Amino acid sequence: MTLSRKTRDTLSFWGFVGPFLIGLAVFAYLPIGWSVYLSFFDARNTVTPSVFVGLDNYAHMLTDGPFVSSLGTFSVFALFIVPLTFVLSLALAVGVHQLKFARAFFRSVFFLPFACSYVVASLIWKTSLFSGVRYGLMNTVLGLFGVDPIAWTGTVHPPLYWIVLVTARLWLQLGFYMILFLAALQRIPQHLYEAAWLDGAKPGWPVFRHITLPQLRATSVAVLLLNLINAYQAFDEFYNIMGDARGYPPFARPPLVYLYYTSLGSGGQDLGRGSAGAVILALIIAVVTLLQGKLFRFGGSEA
Amino acid sequence: MRAVLRWTALIVAAVVFLVPFYLLLRNGLASRSEITAPGWTLFPSELHWENFSKLFSQEDVPFARSLLNSVIVAVLQTVGLLVVCSLAGYGLARIPYRHSKAVLYAVIATLMIPTSVTFVPSFVVVSTLGWLSDFRGLVIPGLFSAFSVFLFRQYFLDFPRELEEAGRIDGLTRWGVFRRIVVPNSRPFFAAIAVITVIGSWNAFLWPLIIAQSPDSWTVQVALSGLLTAQNPQLNLLFLAAAVSILPIVLLFAFLQRYLVRGVTESGLKG
Repeated sequence: MTLSRKTRDTLSFWGFVGPFLIGLAVFAYLPIGWSVYLSFFDARNTVTPSVFVGLDNYAHMLTDGPFVSSLGTFSVFALFIVPLTFVLSLALAVGVHQLKFARAFFRSVFFLPFACSYVVASLIWKTSLFSGVRYGLMNTVLGLFGVDPIAWTGTVHPPLYWIVLVTARLWLQLGFYMILFLAALQRIPQHLYEAAWLDGAKPGWPVFRHITLPQLRATSVAVLLLNLINAYQAFDEFYNIMGDARGYPPFARPPLVYLYYTSLGSGGQDLGRGSAGAVILALIIAVVTLLQGKLFRFGGSEA
Repeated sequence: MRAVLRWTALIVAAVVFLVPFYLLLRNGLASRSEITAPGWTLFPSELHWENFSKLFSQEDVPFARSLLNSVIVAVLQTVGLLVVCSLAGYGLARIPYRHSKAVLYAVIATLMIPTSVTFVPSFVVVSTLGWLSDFRGLVIPGLFSAFSVFLFRQYFLDFPRELEEAGRIDGLTRWGVFRRIVVPNSRPFFAAIAVITVIGSWNAFLWPLIIAQSPDSWTVQVALSGLLTAQNPQLNLLFLAAAVSILPIVLLFAFLQRYLVRGVTESGLKG
């Protein structure tokens, strides 16, 4: 029996792509569909609900203090983390890029925290670096200047816990974004700088502003978007730095932490409302991604 | 003058970046009372190497078991992901099929919704399958990465066609061409995706936290978190455990940084 070439190609296509598509259907499309379905039902402690409640869950989430305030928490977090990460990772990349020697050493040092998990960073930050007791490193250093020990994670007015949460993430991710900027810096054609030099442009800020930055545009967009979407999904360091044996405080809850406690927490599993929250979050991310116009251009070309 | 400033800034930054690693070692090799002693010592007066045996003999926290679980999950997930996603990427890049575009869009559409957002229904799917506290639940859902398929497809689109055509002329099937020509010539790319996947798998927290409910199925991150959020943790053992947990990844950094940098660049700029 001989098959036509076209049939053979079709069969190979499904042979190659089929296994992945089956998995994608079960572990991506099914959960997303189920999420949407559950979000229209009263689904407390059950995944096969029977009471249809229409948009009640959505109405509840959007008028409900904790969920809306979790979006507020994320906004504050993003307000700190996105610009700081952008400026500092770019500064590190430019600094490392200009080195004549020891470049590999510095690149490795700044990149090394990427090897650590958020759990490990949380542990160092919470119990040693920003430990609220006298023997914490920060309090020891401040103690040299006569400052009394500060309860870093427990102080709400002013919200000092942001210092802990933001610096932990900065330490973990700056190296990652530095690598992206470094790759982009290496792709800038040298002749642009030579031409600028011939035109009498002063090296330093003017050249950086008019040549380097415009050449880094695509990478900058990628860095900002990735950073924003990652911050939106922050969970690990919040859970581990703010949470303890007694549970989680009523403040500093980003969206995923709130969903986790709503849907899977010990105080009743409200999957309907949790799912409604997940759908709202997913929609926000999808809209942001589409707005970036990156869906079919994925960062574009750097050339 | 500028150079002096730049070097000073870089050296200060490097020291700041290394402080947390120093804390891991200092606290991990201290005695329990030394960590909480008033007055900062650069290093404990004597290094307590016996902390290692204490760490691995704790009754209530199966730390050794959690390390083994993490190794198993990382290896299975990485190998599985490479197989499943490279095949799909190749099929989408190279095999002519009428609805190939539609399939590609169906894959790309899922990129807009991060998996972490739909963790609740994913958890429901896995528990319905009876995979809680089970390697299947920890590994299998992570194999189907639309993002990796996308990266593989981009890579295979640029693969030199002449090599594949030579194989076809020699009478190889599509599968034969893929296995004997494409994969052997793409080792660095596979290595780059592998290193990124291993690190992601090893450091993952939210998913194993939900899925690994019984202590004997904990991954190392869940075990560390359990120790950290418990009442009165033994800080020195906790720090030593964290230091041990980053060791495998630090070794990857030492030996495979080239691939890691390539993996980060690929995933960061295409993503």
